[in-house]
Amino acid sequence: MLSLTLKEVSLALREGRISPTELCKKCLNRIKKTQHLNAYITVTEELALKQAQQSETRLLQGLESCFDLVFLQVSLKVLWMESLLLSRTTSAPRISRQLVPPRYYTPPYNATMVQKLLDQGAILMGKTNMDEFAMGAGSTDGTFGPVKNPWSYAAPYRDTFTFTPQKNTGGSTRNPGALCGVVALKPTYGLLSRHGLIPLVNSMDVPGILTRSVNDAAIALGILQGLDVRDSTTVPAPSSLAELPENFDVKNICVGIPKEYHAPGLSEETLAQWSRVADLFERAGAQVKQVSLPHTQYSIVCYHVLCHAEVASNMARFDGLEYGHRSETDSSTEAMYASTRHEGFNDVVRGRILSGNYFLLKQNYQHYFVKAQKVRRLIADDFRNVFSSGVDVLLTPTTLADAACYQDFTQEDNRTRSAQEDVFTQPSNMAGLPAVSVPTALSRRGLPIGLQLVGPALHDKKLLSVAQWMEQRVGFPSISDSDYSRESRNDPRMTKREQTSAV
Amino acid sequence: MAASCVAASELLQNMKLISGFYPKASCVIRRISTTNARCDGQAQPRAKSAPQQLVGVVGLEIHAQINSSTKLFSGSSVRFSAPPNSLVSLFDASLPGTLPVLNKRCVEAAVMTGLALNCTINRKSLFDRKHYFYADLPAGYQITQQRQPIAVDGMLTYSLLGGKKRSQVIRKNVQIKQIQLEQDSGKSLHDDVRSQTLIDLNRAGVGLMELVMEPDMSCGEEAAAAVRELQLILQALGTCQGNMSEGQLRVDANVSVHRPGEPLGVRTEVKNINSARYLARAIDYEIQRQIDVLQRGGTVQNETRAYDSKSGETIPMRDKEGLQDYRFMPEPNLPPLIVYEDNASLPTGIDACQAVVVQKIKEGLPELPSVKRDRLVQTYGILPEHSFTLVNEDGLVEYFEEALKATKKEPRKVIGWVTNELLGHLKQQDLSVSQSPISPSALAELLELQETGHISSSVAKQVFQEMWRSSGKTAQQIIQEHDLGLVSDTTQLHSICQKVVESHPDEVHAIRNGNKKVLNKLMGLVQKETKGRADPVLVRAILQEKTS
Repeated sequence: MLSLTLKEVSLALREGRISPTELCKKCLNRIKKTQHLNAYITVTEELALKQAQQSETRLLQGLESCFDLVFLQVSLKVLWMESLLLSRTTSAPRISRQLVPPRYYTPPYNATMVQKLLDQGAILMGKTNMDEFAMGAGSTDGTFGPVKNPWSYAAPYRDTFTFTPQKNTGGSTRNPGALCGVVALKPTYGLLSRHGLIPLVNSMDVPGILTRSVNDAAIALGILQGLDVRDSTTVPAPSSLAELPENFDVKNICVGIPKEYHAPGLSEETLAQWSRVADLFERAGAQVKQVSLPHTQYSIVCYHVLCHAEVASNMARFDGLEYGHRSETDSSTEAMYASTRHEGFNDVVRGRILSGNYFLLKQNYQHYFVKAQKVRRLIADDFRNVFSSGVDVLLTPTTLADAACYQDFTQEDNRTRSAQEDVFTQPSNMAGLPAVSVPTALSRRGLPIGLQLVGPALHDKKLLSVAQWMEQRVGFPSISDSDYSRESRNDPRMTKREQTSAV
Repeated sequence: MAASCVAASELLQNMKLISGFYPKASCVIRRISTTNARCDGQAQPRAKSAPQQLVGVVGLEIHAQINSSTKLFSGSSVRFSAPPNSLVSLFDASLPGTLPVLNKRCVEAAVMTGLALNCTINRKSLFDRKHYFYADLPAGYQITQQRQPIAVDGMLTYSLLGGKKRSQVIRKNVQIKQIQLEQDSGKSLHDDVRSQTLIDLNRAGVGLMELVMEPDMSCGEEAAAAVRELQLILQALGTCQGNMSEGQLRVDANVSVHRPGEPLGVRTEVKNINSARYLARAIDYEIQRQIDVLQRGGTVQNETRAYDSKSGETIPMRDKEGLQDYRFMPEPNLPPLIVYEDNASLPTGIDACQAVVVQKIKEGLPELPSVKRDRLVQTYGILPEHSFTLVNEDGLVEYFEEALKATKKEPRKVIGWVTNELLGHLKQQDLSVSQSPISPSALAELLELQETGHISSSVAKQVFQEMWRSSGKTAQQIIQEHDLGLVSDTTQLHSICQKVVESHPDEVHAIRNGNKKVLNKLMGLVQKETKGRADPVLVRAILQEKTS
């Protein structure tokens, strides 16, 4: 039951094959069994059961016809603001401590995305772990300890939730999606509201959607997309995206293969999958051609300049005055700021604040920030040129390889890791384009490999249609309960692969 | 020179000061005592003979709080003196995840102000973040318009009264470099005893228009006159209430000195000025201080100084030490602000109600103070300085015009009553025009009685006083109660005149010898006898007859 898609679950609920409460209990049970993954930092059991009860009442009253989805199970990244959970929101665990006992920040309002989910009858399961302020690539720099990849044990990402709103700035939805074998969508910038999302890089942040299937992602996008008066950067939805066409024909589709994505460090296995899927498209009658995005190589360094500058700015508010941690130092306001911020931020966050402020100094602004913005424009132009030459979607790897093991991953510092992990994903963030990672195959180590499709701005539906076509043909194995029960914690080979799920 | 200063000060005399430092009575006739007036107009003759004279150069940065019901980027109410932290939204307190949403009213106010100041309205303007850490700035940055403000390249025309009779209007211009929209900060209250700082965020996020004026002024008096004119314009537009003591209008002055023709000197920024009068004093003090420094062989430091209204001096501000790098960057949560020329230029899909349309705002511009003054002078034939007095006082023009409707008395005669009697009484009791106990029609009735010869002018003033004291009584009632009607009984007047003539033989002699002016003295004596009620035309005729 837990491996069903949204649509299937919805049908099962309507037909009475399972009740919302039963389903909810199954989920909660699964979360408990997978506690060792450290994926959830808060589980809202009581609230979830209450919401399930309400859902049941609605079903009985026949109100379900009002909703496409009677029942959604949702886990939220801790970045999201929602007031229902007395939870540990905020990726600023230290700086935001103290507001609410025992130690965590409870947001006083709901994010637009959260509210939209609740309005649809979604049931919140809890909040998931992440790097502090989402700054990292491996979920290894969080206050609550590292997160482990479900495929090394089991599959909570595939089993315990139906979808999870994320936040995608550099690649934080698609990377974990690819590495954990789930569909990960980053819609067009502005299509989903950022109101209530703790910002990383405002000009690139896009709420991301993790689901079991491409169609689930489309359903979720249909619910969540559109103008929000509270976020001035949102745009009207181009179409009411309900469900994807069952039999999409790729004959008239032109698939671009950007040659610059043959990057150093690309694993053989990932490359092989890339070729395999390109061949699938070609055999089905799609036009597959090599294209060039010449400024790709500059993307990651520009991304870092822009990201650090915005981080420095966005983090300025964590001064300990209005909320969060406040240092005991009170010799002067300035001293209090300094020690509050020193105590509150980890090394990664502090490092980004320092370099970001450096880039924004009057003497450096033109040299770093403005230059990075100009290159960003060139990167966006690269995409525009390719799409205006007749290409409908770009097919690329999502990550260089399958998941690295924790020990290998932590050999490198956070910045280097971010640079490696985001290499294929962040150019589309720089350009604000929709992109989706689709699980494609398992590697020899039994870990998922995903491929990415990128489309022109606001063509999210077409992109997802192509993604669904691909999903239907790649034959990615579904994980069953027997896989899940394959306890491998005692297997020394497997413990090395306890990485990675998040941002 | 002195005359011109006094005249200019009259323009300013009616500025509303709610400052507690000044007793109400002092408002009646107030002069700005400038320590050392060195305005262009007056300095010229001296400048010709001594071209090396150092002169002041003054530019202004003015923060005008936008008169709107909600803040610039949030839905919190805007209100002065509400309980601390009672008008604070999640965004105002910079809670994580909150985003700015631009208030259309604030944009319209800035566009309207820009149009009234002859600015070019930028069709596209941008928002930036200006970073600095301060306790009353919750986000750690202020959203402002550094790169491309909403309005640029404007001009403010203001006037000073000059000439010997203070009746010569000297028009001056100051260029407006730009008008930018930005957020106000909160307020910090320092409790030195407990070494605490208390923060009130009610003001945090209120919309401001920052107006940058080029250094086109040369002394405190000019700056004060320019600010006063701006204040009147903003009030006429309704875009800012303009009360300096409540901080709705905050003026910082950039002051330097140089010799004409040479490059500008090092400037200081003078802050903490909460009235136009202090502005003039602070600037003149600062000009003189800089001249003194240079003449002693010193150099002027580029620094921020605060004006201390008690000592009348400017003193260096400690907290602005060191170089500030504001680390400007584009505000990523706000798309470019677009305003449209007219409805025809609206792109399809844009709701006309949601868009800011310049043409529509232009059509709604009210009569500006300078236009109003010209109209008053032309329509009623009053003196220019009277037009200034009328326009300076909120509601006085309307009062004047209302009174004119009900009397046949000439406007030039009515104006004296309005600007002297009425305004004098109002000032003495610190009342606004709308609070006047004498309505325009009541005043008109009084003036009509005088005009038709029922009472003399001195009695009219007496009646006015009585009307002021016993509100509601008509002039007619008071005249009857106090028996103040004009005495035109010829026999009675003859006997009074006879008595006066007989008791003043010397004066009569003088008149007979040709000194006709002495007759006025005798007339005065007759009026004294009749308590001012004698018909002056009759009295004059009788006295002439008796002294011929």
